[in-house]
Amino acid sequence: MKARLLIAAMMTLTSLPLEAQDRLPPAPYAYQQLNDPAKEAKAKALMETLRCLVCQGQSIADSDAPLAGDMRHEVRTKIAAGESPDTIRKWLVARYGNWVSYDPPFDGATALLWLGPLLFLGVGGWLAFGRFRRAGGEDER
Amino acid sequence: MIAELGLALLWMAAALACLSLVAGALFLRGGPKDLASLVRPASVAQGVLTAAAFGLLIALFVRSDMSVELVARNSHSLKPMLFKVAGAWGNHEGSMLLWLTILGLSGALVALFERRLREDTLVATLAAQAALSLGFFAFLLFSSNPFNRLPIAPPDGQGLNPLLQDPGLAFHPPTLYIGYVGLSVAFSFAVGALVTREIGPAFARAMRPWVLGSWIFLTLGITAGSYWAYYELGWGGWWFWDPVENVSLVPWLAGAALLHSVAVTATRNALRAWTVMLAVIGFSMSMVGTFIVRSGLLTSVHSFAVDPERGTFLLVLMAIYIGGALALFALRAGTVAEGKKFALLSREGSLVINNLLLTTILALVLLGTLYPIVAEAMGEKISVGPPYYNKVAGPLALILCLVMVAGPLLAWRRDDGKRLWSRLPPAVLAGALVLFGLVLFGGSVRILPLLGMTVAAVVAVASLAPLWGRNLRRTPLPTWGMVIAHFGVAVALAGMAAESAFIKERLVAAAPGETVKVDDFAVTFVGVRPIAGPNYTAIEGRLVATTGSGASFTLRPEARTFPGLMGGPPTETNEAALLTRPGGQLYAVLGQPVTSPDGTAERYQLRLWWKPLVWWIWLGGALIAIGAALSMLGRAQLLAMWRTHRSKKAQERFAP
Repeated sequence: MKARLLIAAMMTLTSLPLEAQDRLPPAPYAYQQLNDPAKEAKAKALMETLRCLVCQGQSIADSDAPLAGDMRHEVRTKIAAGESPDTIRKWLVARYGNWVSYDPPFDGATALLWLGPLLFLGVGGWLAFGRFRRAGGEDER
Repeated sequence: MIAELGLALLWMAAALACLSLVAGALFLRGGPKDLASLVRPASVAQGVLTAAAFGLLIALFVRSDMSVELVARNSHSLKPMLFKVAGAWGNHEGSMLLWLTILGLSGALVALFERRLREDTLVATLAAQAALSLGFFAFLLFSSNPFNRLPIAPPDGQGLNPLLQDPGLAFHPPTLYIGYVGLSVAFSFAVGALVTREIGPAFARAMRPWVLGSWIFLTLGITAGSYWAYYELGWGGWWFWDPVENVSLVPWLAGAALLHSVAVTATRNALRAWTVMLAVIGFSMSMVGTFIVRSGLLTSVHSFAVDPERGTFLLVLMAIYIGGALALFALRAGTVAEGKKFALLSREGSLVINNLLLTTILALVLLGTLYPIVAEAMGEKISVGPPYYNKVAGPLALILCLVMVAGPLLAWRRDDGKRLWSRLPPAVLAGALVLFGLVLFGGSVRILPLLGMTVAAVVAVASLAPLWGRNLRRTPLPTWGMVIAHFGVAVALAGMAAESAFIKERLVAAAPGETVKVDDFAVTFVGVRPIAGPNYTAIEGRLVATTGSGASFTLRPEARTFPGLMGGPPTETNEAALLTRPGGQLYAVLGQPVTSPDGTAERYQLRLWWKPLVWWIWLGGALIAIGAALSMLGRAQLLAMWRTHRSKKAQERFAP
């Protein structure tokens, strides 16, 4: 976990502010759950779909990186204040770009991503049954 | 001397691969007949020599010969022996040599044991296998020589990534590689059959054990990798839809589709061109996976060296092989008829739907993995993660499971559906019971886990249906294999759905003596103590978990610190403690210490999870592998041979 993080940190990051964060104690809600189970569940579901920006393919819900801890704190605080998960996601996307969300939006750049599987299934099905199926009720033998 | 001998063996093996390829090609173009008799022994010798070279590399690691660059960079004289040996393939050059060893040995096995195919198809297959080996030999010898010497030997090595110092590593890469490379044999069979136009049941039967065998290893490799991520990364996730996981899943999906379509070709002589196409796709996906992981396109624990030259080399190799095979397919596809046709409601029909869904899932996993890379090249940074795969692949996988229920209950060619309708009610009833139970008593369960558990119940009951009313002792092994593998899918699906629906999480900063409730457990944090391992120091926590019925268990999670290598920063890993119970697993992690403002009374971050039925996921994976193994054993006709042998003996005994 930490090793992955360190490699990532060495390769992708040289920015000082993040290193400075390392020395601060973690924000209170980084490793602390909300008291209301319904709100905690909401926060957890949202955190699982947000990318830890300094890790290798991990969500902020399962990373020990200080930045992930800060983002967890941010998400839990906002959920506790009554903000909806969608608003929080929009706020984070506005700050960090679509990179931060594991749930890509449907727009011009991702149309192929979302429609690709449907397209594949449709064309594949049409081809397969055009080719293999015995025509009508007639028997070949 | 050992390193020089290893390099010499590699060059000799490469020369033999060259010989197999040239002799095979000349023979197929109408050259003298004697050339064909060269190909078999050359393939065997090539496999043996490559394996010997790999053995010598392991010997270098065992002896900690630091004058060899690879050993100096990846090993250390104080490392435990298991990790010294595993270090031989825990790096780029060594893993490519392992890849070549398996490629050569599988070619040798085909040369030794394959007797069902026509001589010319076999020669074409071995020549194709030699062509594959040759490219990877060139890669190894020209751009990643594992036996390179250092001008001055360092006093000791630089060690190995501590995260990888785990017994799992010793077996994870070889298992996956056997799976990946086993598919190369299917690829070579397909190329061979395309060259000689012998595509039919004989070709499918020759290919089937290889497809099954490599699929077993892929299943085991993925299952073990998932369990490794689960207990080693310290957050209890078992699948992250990480690009590295995805590229191992893609060949598995191709293998799953291929082993079903090859059954149709072997039994009914149908779907011929499609089976050939899938065999080409299967190994192509293995190569794409290796390329993506090894080229450094993704930086992760799996990419040992980021080197653009190697990436380009692999990309060119891949383009030649995949492009060549597809061009051959395009040239010959017109002359390959699909074979016998069939009605939609038939075993073949359900297997076509199975293949369609599997390849669609394959395509979308590949799309989701490559899309961010392409998008980034075009200036758009996006992430594709679990929400995408759950939304798109989830429903398709559930439909696939329902088709899996129908397939085994339908007859070949065409079916009136009577058997299906008569055996379906118990399965539907089981599904309905689970669905109503969950809706009434399960609380708020998300839609995908809810449907997952329902479908798992349907599949669990229906997968046993092919055995009803049969004499179990006389049921052929492949049928048993199918039933067990399909049942394994239900078990794994139930585990995945139950874990994501009912997981309980507790994150606390606990002082010694404090008790935390998680689900039915009362977990008391007793305290911590420092311990020292062979090459790390650790803080060991002691937790006592008491169940509702009063039984208590001790858990000892560790936070390990490995000293920094070459003056680098130290590396920390978490060793989770797991308590396996019939209903699931209790997962405990010891996190960072927390000092209170006045500097006294040290608390520790504890992460506790109750994960219901989580171990069913890997049990299911194991059942799938066991099922495939039984099916393979049955096809190998070993049992039939033993039975005829026994009945012969019995007859002899009663002979007058």
